[in-house]
Amino acid sequence: MGITTILFWFLSALALLSAIMVLASKNPIHSILWLIAVFFAISGHYILLNAQFLAIVNLIVYAGAIMVLFLFVIMLMNLNSHTEPQKNIWMKLAGVISGGILFTILISVIRSSADMVNRTAQLKEGNIGLINTLGKVLFSDYVIPFEISSVLFLSAMVGAVVIGKKN
Amino acid sequence: MTLLALDWFLLIEKLILIAIVITASLVIAMYATYAERKVAAVMQDRIGPNRAGPFGLLQPLADGLKLFFKEEIIPDSSNRFLFILGPCLAMLTAMMTCAVVPWGSSVEIAGRTIQLQIADINIGILYVFGVVSLGVYGIMIGGWASNNKFSLMAALRGASQVISYELAMGISLIALLMLTGSLSIKTIVEQQVGHVWNIVYQPVGFLIFFVCAMAECNRAPFDLPEAESELNMGYHQEYSSMKLGFYLFSEYINMFISSAIMASLYFGGYDVPFLGHAHLAPNLLAIIGVVAFLVKIFIFIFVFMWIRWTLPRFRYDQLMNLGWKALIPLALANMLVTAVVILLRG
Repeated sequence: MGITTILFWFLSALALLSAIMVLASKNPIHSILWLIAVFFAISGHYILLNAQFLAIVNLIVYAGAIMVLFLFVIMLMNLNSHTEPQKNIWMKLAGVISGGILFTILISVIRSSADMVNRTAQLKEGNIGLINTLGKVLFSDYVIPFEISSVLFLSAMVGAVVIGKKN
Repeated sequence: MTLLALDWFLLIEKLILIAIVITASLVIAMYATYAERKVAAVMQDRIGPNRAGPFGLLQPLADGLKLFFKEEIIPDSSNRFLFILGPCLAMLTAMMTCAVVPWGSSVEIAGRTIQLQIADINIGILYVFGVVSLGVYGIMIGGWASNNKFSLMAALRGASQVISYELAMGISLIALLMLTGSLSIKTIVEQQVGHVWNIVYQPVGFLIFFVCAMAECNRAPFDLPEAESELNMGYHQEYSSMKLGFYLFSEYINMFISSAIMASLYFGGYDVPFLGHAHLAPNLLAIIGVVAFLVKIFIFIFVFMWIRWTLPRFRYDQLMNLGWKALIPLALANMLVTAVVILLRG
């Protein structure tokens, strides 16, 4: 077992445990903090796959921005374990069944997919996630979708400023 | 044992480097508190701390001891775990950034070339950015876990302030990245060694970055999360003893680290102009470089303090107006002009 294998299993266990704790926590704030832990574990996986850019962008966007917004909303609504609505038993049962069906479908898709049979993640190989490679691909093969989405982001930002200016 | 197939010398070298950098950051942050009081005293025509030791030099130690010996109070209705986690996170995120700062070029000891940087990752600037965006959690979790309305308001203010200014900061950095073509801080510094510093090409970008750094550190005039007059004290109102100390201290570490980042991105890092012509021994050059870098950092820290004791605090709407209506359009224009100039010059 090399150090990367150990890290892989550690990060996988961490990701799964944190994901379960997101659902199991009574307190919404704890759920969010566990979700942040999930993002950290996934970023660790990206680094093992030599995709440093994806790893750090995952942290900046999800852990740094979106989760802060989640925290904002939950803190302002003052949700906690006392105010969490108690669903009745039938609702819970329906949730378990539909979730289980989705899980089965996902597993069967992964098992039957030809690309994934007998393959494990190749660690520390390839340079597809490095910023250099990614930038070249984005500005050659995918330049139109990339430009359109960047204009979209810019207009969203300008829109926020315009809405603020109204008052 | 394939498990232990590591370069042990590299590991030991890096551990020593990490220990030195962390100790240095803590000591410098400690004396920044002393410097802050002295600067404030000079600006207000007072003497400042002068009782503990010669010139009051032991004052930071006395302050630390005082904080350690104070009674530790955890409010009854607070969330105990998160209440303790808050200051830990604030301290952790403050310290994490120093991993990618190049403190000097390289020294040679016993035939080994040792880089004076903990990790030269090819996404250095994004790493700094990521850690800065995680820095909000220390404030938010601490403020919420205190279960106090004032703390919560302050935490929300702090978080929205940091998010707002991150945007302008990022855009001003993009203009710099277009010039350098690299995200590694080490490469950016190396490009400036022996050449013109980036401040010449990016004066507006630097100004925006500086204002944003001040806002990200929650320094006056942007210290809205700690506005005593409106919020009693701020997000750390319920904290006592060294947990309060951690919050206050992390602000000084943040100031030190952001000064280091600004010095390396815009002011040549460990570069000393015209020193390359002097033909000195490489090790001596590296040491002079480290000293020059620290001098640049201290100048920035002084400017931070100078501004704090000169300008009054912004109102909250003024703060948001500055961030969204002034800095972001300015940063966008700066980016556009830089792009056009680069395009025309080929």
